[in-house]
Amino acid sequence: MHFLVFIKQVPDAAQVRVDYETGTLIREGVPAIINPFDKHAIEAAVRLKNQFGGKVSVVCMGPPMAEDALKEAMSMGADKAFLLSDRIFAGSDTLATSYALWAAAKQIIKEEGPVDVFFAGKQAIDGDTAQTGPGIATRFNVPLITYVVDIKNVDPEKKTLELVRLLESGQEVIQTTMPCFLTVEEELNTLSYAPLPYLIRAAKTSVKVLNSKNTEIEAEYCGLKNSPTKVRKAFTPPKRERGEMIEGDSVDGIINQLYEKIEPVLKTMGKVQ
Amino acid sequence: MSKKDFDVIVVGAGPAGMAAAYVLAKAGVDVIVIERGKFPGSKNVMGGIFYRKPMDDLIPEFYKEAPIERHIVEQRMWLMDDVSHFSMGIKTQKHNSEPYNCFSVLRAQFDKWFSKKVVEAGALLINETVVTEPIVENGKVVGVRTDRPQGDLYADCVIAADGVQSFLAKSLGLRKKITPNKVALGVKEIIGLSEEQVNDRFGIKDSKEGVTIEITGPFLKGMEGMAWMYTNKNSVSIGIGVIIDDLINHNMNPNDLLESLKNHPSVLPLIEGGETREYLAHVIPEGGYKSVPRMYADGFMVAGDAAMLVDSVHREGSNLAVESGKLAAKTYLEARESGDFSEKTLSRYQEKLEETYVLQDLRYYKNLPELLEEKRYLLTEYPQFLIDAMTEIYTVDGVPKPEKFRKIKGELKSRFGYIGLAKDLYTIWRKLR
Amino acid sequence: MIKQDISKYKHVWVFIEHENGEVARVSFELLTKARELAKDLGCEVHAFTVGDKVEQFADEVFKYGAKKFFVIEDPFLKDYITEPYRDAIVHLIEKHKPEVVLIGATTLGRDLAGTIATVLQTGLTADTTALDIDPKTKNLLMTRPTFGGNLMATIFCPDNRPQMSTSRPGVYKAIEEPAKGQVVKEEFEFDKSKYTKQIIEKIIEEGEKVNLGFYDIVVSGGFGMGSKENMKLIQELADVLGGTWAASRKAVQAGWAPQTRQVGQTGQTVHPKIYIACGISGAIQHQAGMKSSEVIIAINKDPDAPIFEIATYGIMGDVIEVLPKMTQMFKEKLGKA
Repeated sequence: MHFLVFIKQVPDAAQVRVDYETGTLIREGVPAIINPFDKHAIEAAVRLKNQFGGKVSVVCMGPPMAEDALKEAMSMGADKAFLLSDRIFAGSDTLATSYALWAAAKQIIKEEGPVDVFFAGKQAIDGDTAQTGPGIATRFNVPLITYVVDIKNVDPEKKTLELVRLLESGQEVIQTTMPCFLTVEEELNTLSYAPLPYLIRAAKTSVKVLNSKNTEIEAEYCGLKNSPTKVRKAFTPPKRERGEMIEGDSVDGIINQLYEKIEPVLKTMGKVQ
Repeated sequence: MSKKDFDVIVVGAGPAGMAAAYVLAKAGVDVIVIERGKFPGSKNVMGGIFYRKPMDDLIPEFYKEAPIERHIVEQRMWLMDDVSHFSMGIKTQKHNSEPYNCFSVLRAQFDKWFSKKVVEAGALLINETVVTEPIVENGKVVGVRTDRPQGDLYADCVIAADGVQSFLAKSLGLRKKITPNKVALGVKEIIGLSEEQVNDRFGIKDSKEGVTIEITGPFLKGMEGMAWMYTNKNSVSIGIGVIIDDLINHNMNPNDLLESLKNHPSVLPLIEGGETREYLAHVIPEGGYKSVPRMYADGFMVAGDAAMLVDSVHREGSNLAVESGKLAAKTYLEARESGDFSEKTLSRYQEKLEETYVLQDLRYYKNLPELLEEKRYLLTEYPQFLIDAMTEIYTVDGVPKPEKFRKIKGELKSRFGYIGLAKDLYTIWRKLR
Repeated sequence: MIKQDISKYKHVWVFIEHENGEVARVSFELLTKARELAKDLGCEVHAFTVGDKVEQFADEVFKYGAKKFFVIEDPFLKDYITEPYRDAIVHLIEKHKPEVVLIGATTLGRDLAGTIATVLQTGLTADTTALDIDPKTKNLLMTRPTFGGNLMATIFCPDNRPQMSTSRPGVYKAIEEPAKGQVVKEEFEFDKSKYTKQIIEKIIEEGEKVNLGFYDIVVSGGFGMGSKENMKLIQELADVLGGTWAASRKAVQAGWAPQTRQVGQTGQTVHPKIYIACGISGAIQHQAGMKSSEVIIAINKDPDAPIFEIATYGIMGDVIEVLPKMTQMFKEKLGKA
């Protein structure tokens, strides 16, 4: 079986700080990491490969430094790594990004064979859109299953599998045919401590670079100019100031004070009449 | 030998390990470097000064492309008590042009760059993997075991550059147990300032130029150690290292020491208003020549901090690390000619180091650790006397100068006694001879 | 990019999300907001949905000001499945050409919107928290948080229609403004062999899997709770407030709460109206998951806990002592005693 995982390299959001004077993010010195959700997608693909045989390809769109993310993916057990990197992608929104990744994936299929299961994380921690995965799935016209927390009953013969999805109200189990596209939650699996041979192979294997020259990607669908959505402005939300410590002689008194302070909010929610 | 995955396994991607791997890879040796950190430099700590010479021999004019912060043009030495400091130093334009003398660097960036060069040279680099023990067959080191699944690796030779705690050297019995009187605990902060602030506060004209300040004296309360400040591009590294035994005996916490250093009236104005970007702690080997172990075994060599190669008097370490890594690699290349990686052949490594400044410098100061251990007052009372004498000389209070000098002489006699003074001078002269 | 004649698109459309015969509250919130937008645009608010029996929602939908309610009814659409829902909705949009399409940023809404926008080849802005009309260009301005709430971005979609947005639940207040509306029933011919995905089981329960972002009050417990048993105290308070309970990473690692209830960088991100942090020190990773909550209440023994730096109201005290009293008192105040 062939598994293709779409990953993104993102700045570690927990380390990004805000410069309230200039209204920008301080990204200097913030390490670039594989989007945490995507790591679970890689893990899931590698586990399926180990169970059913086949290979795992992984693709990342980004600047040349995104090669680090692909190397890490190979250290986790991916077999083939593709870096989709070209200036024409600069400023792409989710529609343009899903186009480029779809076109790149078609090239990967040409080189590595048809894909049974596509994987992506449920969303990236920098953009938080959760739109690129569904966009690629739609372009391939394959079943999309989002928010996956479990993969069961994989049948490589009949080409079917079952997915458990997380919903607000609980879960649902979906059966689907392959090829299909999964976007996964972190709880799908716990990351393994990869065996040393994976790391050695990753260090030895080079990443293949895809761009507008060696794929059939058409520039007229790429980049800022061809993205339907544009950023009008970016700004930092007002800094959260240290609030008020509620003090008093008794716990009851303190809770009473607190209640009075939040009563208006409770009223807007219809919790109090 | 049963198996062989690589010619050489280098453990640790610090300056020693990477220098070794670089030389080997350039010579076409199949070499793998195993690093425990997320990437080279992520776990590496030093004061922050990198010396040019040995690195320049390895990668000529490396400073033109490597991420260095500033080249150092001024080195200050402060004797400091709680309220004063007596300053000496050297600022010279001889250090302000290529090829420079030394640089301030941030290891996370510098080591990452160095590792890139090593990988480009042809070495394999594996991160986030911990070497747990050497694999020994028939008394010969044939590989290493890592904490990864399927984690055994075999090679002709293992070069251990795994830092001051070197589990490899220890488990092979090469290293004596480190006693807390032979190692210092260093703590350091990187304090962010603007480039202009650094320039103004340290009297620098051009942002490429840098200043170091090394601080000792009675402010350390008789503990053996040293504090330092180095200028980076838009930050200052400030740290303090003290012999662990002294910390214990004085019931002192290195963090508190660093805090009091930062708030010292001579130091505070230099860093005031800065934001702490990083906090780092590290163990520094201070045992000197006498603690340097046998640095080889069958199929095995030790380099850098792992071999206790630190010159604590001159605060040098990274240069000794690079030099030792290089020589370990060269020794391997010679041994490869004959295909003999026995203890006897690899013993040339230590001989080579004895022939260079690395062990000659350390040997010169070999008795110093004991001397300072015996006579702790050398670290406090003489510097205090100097500070007091300078204060006296520069205080204009109507006392005639001849009287001031008489007073200073009297102090010298009453504090040390002429005989004591002569004895101390003689001891120092004898120990350094 | 596909070039369109955008002048042909008119009216603000709101997707009516439903499950088990019930409309999701966010749909009414969006209808209310859509009335504002329609006023600025000089057009009407229309609702739309697809499903098995969905015409029944018409009265409710008109109560919130929709002038038209477009529906496709088919037993095949009984349960939500991405692809048939997408195809039916795309059919409605292509036929009637709305200028704006708003969908709730729920699990269902975010599953659906991305695939619709891709088929339509138009722009979609995810998880917005503010919607405005640019007075000059009449474009929809969609504002959303990124980088874990550290940065806000205002996005617009000048050359493609419809302008699509998924909007975060709980941001707008649902206010009735009854209108006389008209149901427009459309047909869609499904090629059922095309759809190879089916639901084989639905586990609807307030079990351990929960989307915390769905609740407007979250009571969260950290390592300061002391034990798994004590986590009951936050559950009780959450019940009284009609919210849900969550946990910090440390509490999850201690085994006091399932990972599905973890708030923070490696857990879920929540933006409730009220977030009550109980015995949570408030590491930056935790803050990334909750700091855009409207009101943050922190209860902690440690006066230096970082959580107090971002809390709207802080109570220095032992959660074990404070929580039961708080639950009891709130129960009385909210008339639930």
